[in-house]
Amino acid sequence: MKLTKSFNRSLWAFHFNSGSCNGCEIEIVAAITPRYDPERFGIKLVGSPRHADLLIVTGPVVKKMRDRLLRVYEQVPDPKVVMCVGVCGSSGGPFYDSYNLDGPVDDVIPVDVYVPGCPPRPEAIIYGVVRAQEKLERLEGERA
Amino acid sequence: MSLVDTALAVVLGTLAMAAFGFVAGLTVLGIDRKLAAHMQARIGPPIRQPFIDVAKLLRKENVVPENAIPWLFHAAPVIAFASTITILLYLPIGGIAPVFGGAGDLILIVYLLTVPALAMVAGGFASGSPYATIGAQREMVILMAYELPLAIAVIAIAWRLAAAGVAEPFSLAAIAANPVWGVVGPLGIVGFAILFVILAWVTPAELSRVPFDAQEAETELAGGLLVEYSGKNFALFYMAQGVKTIVMAALAVAIFLPWNLSDFVAMTPAVAVVADFAFFLAKVLLVAFFSVSLIRVSMARFRITQIVSVYWLWFGVLGLVGLLLIVLDAYAGVW
Ligand code: SF4
Repeated sequence: MKLTKSFNRSLWAFHFNSGSCNGCEIEIVAAITPRYDPERFGIKLVGSPRHADLLIVTGPVVKKMRDRLLRVYEQVPDPKVVMCVGVCGSSGGPFYDSYNLDGPVDDVIPVDVYVPGCPPRPEAIIYGVVRAQEKLERLEGERA
Repeated sequence: MSLVDTALAVVLGTLAMAAFGFVAGLTVLGIDRKLAAHMQARIGPPIRQPFIDVAKLLRKENVVPENAIPWLFHAAPVIAFASTITILLYLPIGGIAPVFGGAGDLILIVYLLTVPALAMVAGGFASGSPYATIGAQREMVILMAYELPLAIAVIAIAWRLAAAGVAEPFSLAAIAANPVWGVVGPLGIVGFAILFVILAWVTPAELSRVPFDAQEAETELAGGLLVEYSGKNFALFYMAQGVKTIVMAALAVAIFLPWNLSDFVAMTPAVAVVADFAFFLAKVLLVAFFSVSLIRVSMARFRITQIVSVYWLWFGVLGLVGLLLIVLDAYAGVW
């Protein structure tokens, strides 16, 4: 599987909620409003992990979601990047050390980009997507 | 013309049409996205965005789900793409006569239009996913729903042309030679305007666009029919979608707006082909804008139960009113 420039201009994202408080979801939806218009750069949310290049994970991965997260991760076709939105997913955040967590996200699947914040601002999420594109570019350079 | 010449013409014509369908189809999708974005006060993606998307999809891994039927799963997108290209071969493109010339008529096209949809249904059932199965069932319901108004429109036009004494009223050449608007009086013009509106509203269902995209419904069915498709197969469906947009617009143009620029302005044949082609593209864009972009931006999705009553009841009745007006118009001269 070869990475090309087209990935940078057409990154389709699938959003997975692993037990978040819904704060991050609201900000992700805010990031795709006409005010920010990420479709300018070919970024769009898709309904099925099969169509996605970018997996956006929110929430701290509760016990019940671990298996589902793994399965969704497997369903995303290669090449793919994973982005973790919110401190919950990076470290547990407000739910740190809770008894019903299997997370944070990087205990379950490999994460490429972390976007901190509780919840992060839409600008931060878009910056995270840009970093994800940079990562794809870097991978492309390494493989070439 | 010898057999070899004919075969050569058909093969080259098919290749040319496939190339045209691919480029024009994706461009029209790009223009649609750009216009929709502008209507929502956004800047929107560049017009070549669909080309980038397809280039990316072709690079992606092609996942086949465990409980899918592999051969059918792989065949469905190819059939969908190939059959849409086939329809294009029966439609006149500007001043250029269709590749399959007089071989097919309007009835054949109405039947061929169901093939890509059925291919998608087969692909959906072959995916072995509950979402895709529900999507495939919905697609079949929608297919039956819009068939009635579409059939009414086609029959009304052919009947009126036959009443006006045109031989072979179902052939596209006869329809192109006798623009329907010129044949009828004021009552008939109202009738045809109604049928034109109906065809414009059948288009989004044929293309599974909002408000008739209950079979793909991203928010409830996660992509419905296409939920399990990725990579190359998904790219083929994506391209088929573009070609289908061109086909539906070209069909509306062929029936309702068949004029060519060279009919009005005198020009040399070489110039006429180019001018007619450009004029055809302009007409296709216009039809695509009103029947796809405008409707999809201004409406929310219908529920599957509503779609059936919208088509059978409202558009069915509207179509019959149009047909009645056309019949009255035909007999008005006699009385
Ligand atoms: S990071 Fe904060 S806002 Fe986001 S899901 Fe966790 S608790 Fe909610």
